[in-house]
Amino acid sequence: MLILYVLMPVLTAFAENRFPQPQFESGYSLPGISVPAPRVASWELLDVLVLGGALSLAAWLILKKRSRRGVFLLTVFSLLYFGFWRKGCVCSIGSIQNVAAWLSGSEAVLPLSVAAFFILPLVFALFFGRVFCAAVCPLGAIQDMMILFPVRLPRPVSLALGMIPVVYLGLAVLLAATGSAFIICRHDPFVPIFRLSGELSILLAGVVLLLVGIFVARPFCRFLCPYGVLLNWASRLSKWHATITPDECVQCRLCERACPFDAIRVPVISPVSEAREIGVRRMQWLLLLLVLLTGLGMGAGFRLEGVLAPLNAKVKLDQILRSNHPAVEKQYAVELEAFRTGGRDPHILRAEADAVRRQFRVGGACLGGLIGFVFGLSILGVSIRRSRETYEPDRGECLSCARCYRFCPKEQKRLKR
Amino acid sequence: MNELKTRDAVQSRREFLRSFLRGALLVGLAGLGVRTLLGRRCQAASGSERMKLCKGCPDVAFCSSAVLSAGRKVWQLDPSKCTQCGRCATHCVLQSSAVKCVHRPAQCGYCRLCFGFFQPGATILNSAAENQICPTGAIRRKFVEEPYYEYTIDESLCIGCGRCVKGCSAFGNGSLVLQVRHDRCVNCNECSIARDCPSDAFRQVSATTPYLLKPGAESVAL
Repeated sequence: MLILYVLMPVLTAFAENRFPQPQFESGYSLPGISVPAPRVASWELLDVLVLGGALSLAAWLILKKRSRRGVFLLTVFSLLYFGFWRKGCVCSIGSIQNVAAWLSGSEAVLPLSVAAFFILPLVFALFFGRVFCAAVCPLGAIQDMMILFPVRLPRPVSLALGMIPVVYLGLAVLLAATGSAFIICRHDPFVPIFRLSGELSILLAGVVLLLVGIFVARPFCRFLCPYGVLLNWASRLSKWHATITPDECVQCRLCERACPFDAIRVPVISPVSEAREIGVRRMQWLLLLLVLLTGLGMGAGFRLEGVLAPLNAKVKLDQILRSNHPAVEKQYAVELEAFRTGGRDPHILRAEADAVRRQFRVGGACLGGLIGFVFGLSILGVSIRRSRETYEPDRGECLSCARCYRFCPKEQKRLKR
Repeated sequence: MNELKTRDAVQSRREFLRSFLRGALLVGLAGLGVRTLLGRRCQAASGSERMKLCKGCPDVAFCSSAVLSAGRKVWQLDPSKCTQCGRCATHCVLQSSAVKCVHRPAQCGYCRLCFGFFQPGATILNSAAENQICPTGAIRRKFVEEPYYEYTIDESLCIGCGRCVKGCSAFGNGSLVLQVRHDRCVNCNECSIARDCPSDAFRQVSATTPYLLKPGAESVAL
């Protein structure tokens, strides 16, 4: 590490100069101050290049080479590089908050590397599916190693649990955009393992997730990851996506239980058993329900301000100042002392806190509306029976891990060739 | 036959919708990327790098490195806001905090009775452990000439609790300050000390000027 020694210019005007600088007679000269430099920018460039390279390699391995072994090796590399070497930070999941904070127009900075970590996996998902989840994300990688005895979850359970990431995403964006907190980074369950230090509760959460992951494959990715929501949406639009069979599906059913993530959809031969009008009627009711849920969500979200706003430091401080309760004052003595010695104006703080509260009301309504809308959409999705002739991965939920390939007899034939 | 046709029509309609949405999202993402890049350029151009950046200089390597590094920020704490609450020692994600005490000799009075070194009640001014304010004995005291003593900090022992800083700021010149040491700091997305700092002393400063050591001046360049 580069250490530069800078000799301070002697005697700059200083407010607290109670004692004058001594005039040394013994020829003593002032020592310098060491100021170790931060990590150089080229390392961040390297991170972005590795990310781009790993994504390209993953797309090639999954779609062209169709090699699970290759995907696995790349997963190990990502775990070592992005996980243990880069200590899980900079990561795409956390970058959501930087982008949200930056778009909200606050002073927050969006470093180029973080922007790249946000954009690149989404662009790849739009073309190739969730190749980032498959082999590049270190959080996915560490869980992927733990899939030993995957069990199938009932569809309603996984659908219901699948709503958690949407809520998490909405909360994270709201809290980041209001400049309150970066909850994704704070509650990243695997970073303490990568860093081998950190909060005990978070470390325990990570260990529990890994243990659950032995049976419920990749629980964080499927039921918590907020970036997974964005990748899920992008992947539904993907131009090319991993297919179970390299050829034509012969409907042998061998791959039916191949997926540890329950992302394989079985063929549905839609029997036209009901009249068209009934279907249209049901659709109308469902659309009405969608609007209703969105509205309900907005109403509920608007009221979230009381719960969420105190997570913002300014609002919290304003609350403490207003409370005038001895117990509260004792609990937050450090904050109160800092506020008093800092010479800040409580009225300005009040105004700032009120501005944040307004942001929370508007943002909360948007958040609630979004959650209601997505919830309605997922009900709509369940109600529509779309005919499907072959075994296909669900484009949204499939993590493109390439595990199902070897279950396909056509794939076995291809490999023999 | 007819049914097949409608199915094809539905398929192609879906495909069209998908391509349209994909294109729209790509445009959005590209827009985000371009905006970050352009924002970077403006930030880079606002400082001393303006001369080289914006007058059509042919130095592409410099420009690109300036653009790359101009947006880079690192966490630092502003000594003028710090109230030495002691959370720097306990709230860092690192086992031994990335915040350490930094001694600025140019501000030091080289006092014999140093309030950054001695416990307030110390009766004998020697470096016996019970007299020292530093819980880990990280401050070294060396005689220079009558009546001056030189103080140095052993960073490997310092835990960043800020007790010495409090003493020196309250009764001395304030030559001791807490600073994030960038050889240790892992530059978390959200600094966990900054999150809990009661005096709002943490902020992100440019990576090219990562220390706030000079009183009055913005930051110290490397």
